[in-house]
Amino acid sequence: MNAKALILCLLPFQVSAQGFAGLGSEVEGFAVPAPSPVFDFPADHGAHPAYRIEWWYLTANLTARDGTPHGLQWTLFRSAMAPHEGDGWSSPQLWMGHAAVTTPDAHYVSERLARGGIGQAGVVADPFEAWIDDWRLTGDWDTLRMSASGADFAYDMTLQAQGPLVFHGDRGFSVKSAAGQASYYYSQPFFEISGTLQLPEGDVPVTGTAWLDREWSSQPLADNQTGWDWFSLSFDDGHKLMGFRLQQTDGNNFTSATWITPDGKTTAYSDGAFSATPLATNDNDVPIRWRVMLPDHAVDITVAAINDNAWMATSVPYWEGPVTVGGSHSGIGYLEMTGYD
Amino acid sequence: MTRVTLQALLSHWWRNPLQLFTLLAGLALATALWSGVQAVNAEARASYDAAAATLGEGQFDRLVRRDGQPMDQATYIALRRAGWLVSPVVDGRYNGVRIVGVDPLTAPGGIGPIAPQEGTEISDFLTGEGQLFANPETAADLADLNVILSPETAPGTALTDIGVAQRLLGKENLIDSLLVAPQQAKGQSDLADVAPELIRQQAQAGSDIGRLTDSFHLNLTAFGLLSFAVGIFIVHGAIGLAFEQRRPVVRTLRALGLPLRRLVLLMGAELMFFALVAGGIGIALGYVIAALLLPDVAATLRGLYGADVSGTLQLRPVWWLSGLAIALGGTALAASGALYKLAQMPLLAAAQPRALAMAAGKSAQVQGIGAVLLLLLSVVLMFTATGLIGGFALLGSLLVGAALALPLILDQILTLASRGVRSVRAQWFWADTRQQLPGLSLALMALLLAMAANIGVSTMVSSFRLTFVDFLDQRLASELYIRTADEGQTAALIAFAEPRVDAVLPIQNSDVTVAGQPTEVYGTRDHSTYRDNWVFLQSAADLWDTTFAGKTVLINEQLSRRGGLNVGDMINLQGSSFLVAGVYGDYGNPIGQAVIGEDVFAALYPDITPRSFGIRLNPDDVPTFLTELEAATGIAPTQSINQASIKAMSLSIFERTFTVTTALNILTLAVAAFAILMSLLTLAGMRVPQLAPAWAMGMTRKQIGQVELLRAVLLALLTAIVALPLGLALAWALLAVVNVAAFGWKLPMYLFPFDYARLGLFALIAAVLAALLPARRLARTPPADLLKVFSNER
Repeated sequence: MNAKALILCLLPFQVSAQGFAGLGSEVEGFAVPAPSPVFDFPADHGAHPAYRIEWWYLTANLTARDGTPHGLQWTLFRSAMAPHEGDGWSSPQLWMGHAAVTTPDAHYVSERLARGGIGQAGVVADPFEAWIDDWRLTGDWDTLRMSASGADFAYDMTLQAQGPLVFHGDRGFSVKSAAGQASYYYSQPFFEISGTLQLPEGDVPVTGTAWLDREWSSQPLADNQTGWDWFSLSFDDGHKLMGFRLQQTDGNNFTSATWITPDGKTTAYSDGAFSATPLATNDNDVPIRWRVMLPDHAVDITVAAINDNAWMATSVPYWEGPVTVGGSHSGIGYLEMTGYD
Repeated sequence: MTRVTLQALLSHWWRNPLQLFTLLAGLALATALWSGVQAVNAEARASYDAAAATLGEGQFDRLVRRDGQPMDQATYIALRRAGWLVSPVVDGRYNGVRIVGVDPLTAPGGIGPIAPQEGTEISDFLTGEGQLFANPETAADLADLNVILSPETAPGTALTDIGVAQRLLGKENLIDSLLVAPQQAKGQSDLADVAPELIRQQAQAGSDIGRLTDSFHLNLTAFGLLSFAVGIFIVHGAIGLAFEQRRPVVRTLRALGLPLRRLVLLMGAELMFFALVAGGIGIALGYVIAALLLPDVAATLRGLYGADVSGTLQLRPVWWLSGLAIALGGTALAASGALYKLAQMPLLAAAQPRALAMAAGKSAQVQGIGAVLLLLLSVVLMFTATGLIGGFALLGSLLVGAALALPLILDQILTLASRGVRSVRAQWFWADTRQQLPGLSLALMALLLAMAANIGVSTMVSSFRLTFVDFLDQRLASELYIRTADEGQTAALIAFAEPRVDAVLPIQNSDVTVAGQPTEVYGTRDHSTYRDNWVFLQSAADLWDTTFAGKTVLINEQLSRRGGLNVGDMINLQGSSFLVAGVYGDYGNPIGQAVIGEDVFAALYPDITPRSFGIRLNPDDVPTFLTELEAATGIAPTQSINQASIKAMSLSIFERTFTVTTALNILTLAVAAFAILMSLLTLAGMRVPQLAPAWAMGMTRKQIGQVELLRAVLLALLTAIVALPLGLALAWALLAVVNVAAFGWKLPMYLFPFDYARLGLFALIAAVLAALLPARRLARTPPADLLKVFSNER
């Protein structure tokens, strides 16, 4: 048995009868998100070991000097086998890092795994640092430094926040199903980012925008939900849209969205207001063109992948890559699709 | 027609069940020894493979501390955070079982062939619930622990999470080595910047179990092949005899119109059927032999090379198929001559019961030429052979040449002896013995080979043992060896011990490459322990003075032979050149070694501080010293090794080796005795016509039986006399050629006359036992049978 197979047995990140990545499975002893949360910063930028699943999820749309679009991902997942932290190797907290760089014709991926308790990976709230091995995301949330490396790529980036934190759903309580499954969910979608990508063809200086998601929960999916399609879109007029569609075994979907104005004001939309429909798929039946609508803001757009093959061939495989937006609004963004492997 | 012909052919065996038994038993014994040895080898190899698969041993580069001590866990974290994709391993023994702790999240090869059973909580592996994976045999030694059965785990090894291993082995926050993933990420820091105390060991460097143990297996294989050769002699004899006796049947069948082609085919098929039957029996016997030998072989391999081998046997196709193949091939080899003769025989050739013996006389010339050529070849090889193949070619040509020469030598001796006697009865005895020689020669050759192998192998093993014991006395001169855990303990040890003992000798080394050979270089203190005890194979004048002055280096025989370095040559260490002043024997060490003075070592390798110390003191004071040391410094007795216990352990390893060798020796000797018994039994029936005249002239039947017994003893004695020089030549070839090729050292040869005499006695007893039954039978031949000889005559 190799390590990856073992991880699949362990991490609640897998497609099963319990929904995608086990996210719909039973909660035993773990804390459960409650409505109307009051966040405490910077503490809540840190880890919440009492919850089963948590992530620090950063995506960036970048442009090289010659105008070539690039995408970048830096993610740290925390997955707990028990609702507490432990000393040394007996820690039940497992950490998984994913890093990727996407160009119009290449997609570089790297993955790291670690156990909590020994210092190899973790998140400290103040001063903020999230790390696994030599990958780091550190700073005060106004300014962040970020680095990661794989066998064939590396990057070192600086981020500057140009707006406030944004809270999804009911002030950060984001409902995921009709049965009431939910997570705590906030974002910093206003980063300007610059730095250098080290790619096989050489160093590529890039600038662009980045979106950092923070989410934690213990059972974010209902047991009949098998995956999701998640959009983070930045329109040229400064508005932003976060929307997701949860796939259900009954053939229906559960959707949710947040409309964000250029100064960070939000409008939350519950199930049904936002819709996303696949228009075309790649060779592996993963949708890479979508029709996305939010009639309340007259949004009727086509979202298309910059690179159709932005597949994350990691322990838990999924699709994650930069997109362009056309139609009623134009812009750029990131698309994540799970449940297609 | 086929059925009738087969019936006619097979009827021969019903009438001569003894011949059938000889044929089947000879082949079965040969196959048994061969497949037994193959089974042991296959089991050992499978164990190495399992170990490699379980632990990724040899597949990945490793980072270890220069001084061989475990590293702090913080070093691992520091390396990971500097971009090194490394995975920690903790290794140690618990209840005699090797415990290997790994981190499944970072291990580059995964966690090996572990397949947890249905229903076990795999997350327990990670969360420190104390699960270990081991095969059922190993699990029995870990009864107090939470062991999950996993048959593919390497024998003697339990695999577990690193956290569990650290707790079990008392190595909290310590790591023994780091496996380096083959593919590293971009931009990692230099090792020297992050963890200067670590060195990178290349995969396979210096510790390839397969290569080390190959020579041991080659020795076993040679033994198996030798036994098989002895067995084939028996089969050859039995088949030849049967074919000779069936000449009248063949003549009749052919006269009745059976085509020669079909006859040969049918006889071939008949033999192949017997080969399959005997092969099957042989494989079953081989399984028994292997099952009996394996625990000792496993213990030997563990002791000599640290290779863990399962003590239980599995039925692996590789050896039982090879056993069957060799039974069929051996039969074909033994029968081809007889079948060829049969095909060439004129249709109506007279059936002569003694034709076999007569034919043997005719081919004596060819045999003599073959013997001389082979022996000449072996003389040439003695001076030119290098490498294992050359060594075994030498052994082969020597043994086969001598075996072929044996009947001729015996014939000459008997001719000489018969000239010196006057009495009629004595003349008859010598002449009759000569006459009987061709029929017995195959059995005697088997005895010769068995005895020579016995002498050769036991001389080698005993010489090795003597040399090694001397060597241990030289090299393990310190009464006590102590390892310190850190700088503080080192300082405390020196402060405590120096006023109390004769000497505290630091032991420090670094891994280097000299002349392309992996080598450990040691920095040694000037002390009489070294000056008085070490024995050199090559030496320059004042070698200790020049070495401690930092001008010269002393190297071991392995480095000298493999690197082509001798006294007077230069070697380079860290950019400094040293003249080789001496070459010393270093038995049991797989890799090269070089010794320089303590001061120059400190200058060349400033990072290395000694953590091991040899303590010279009165052996009787050792227990008191250890108690006081712990009280004063906290250095536990578990950090020390008593010289006496190292020696006892080394010697017990050799006892195990002896057990294996002795068992194989006894088996080959038994096969040879069996060959003699069978030859005499078959001859006895045919000899009645030759003995009848002696009886008619007044010898009693009892006397005839006694003479028969005496003859067997005489022939065995003569064979033993020839076997002695042959066995010694064999021992020399093993010590001076095969050993050098296999291990890199040449051993001095010691002689063990008492052992040889005892072996000769055994051979005589075996011959007497083998001759007893045929002699008794002759002594009880009914007078009527003897009379019939004259009435039926001729």
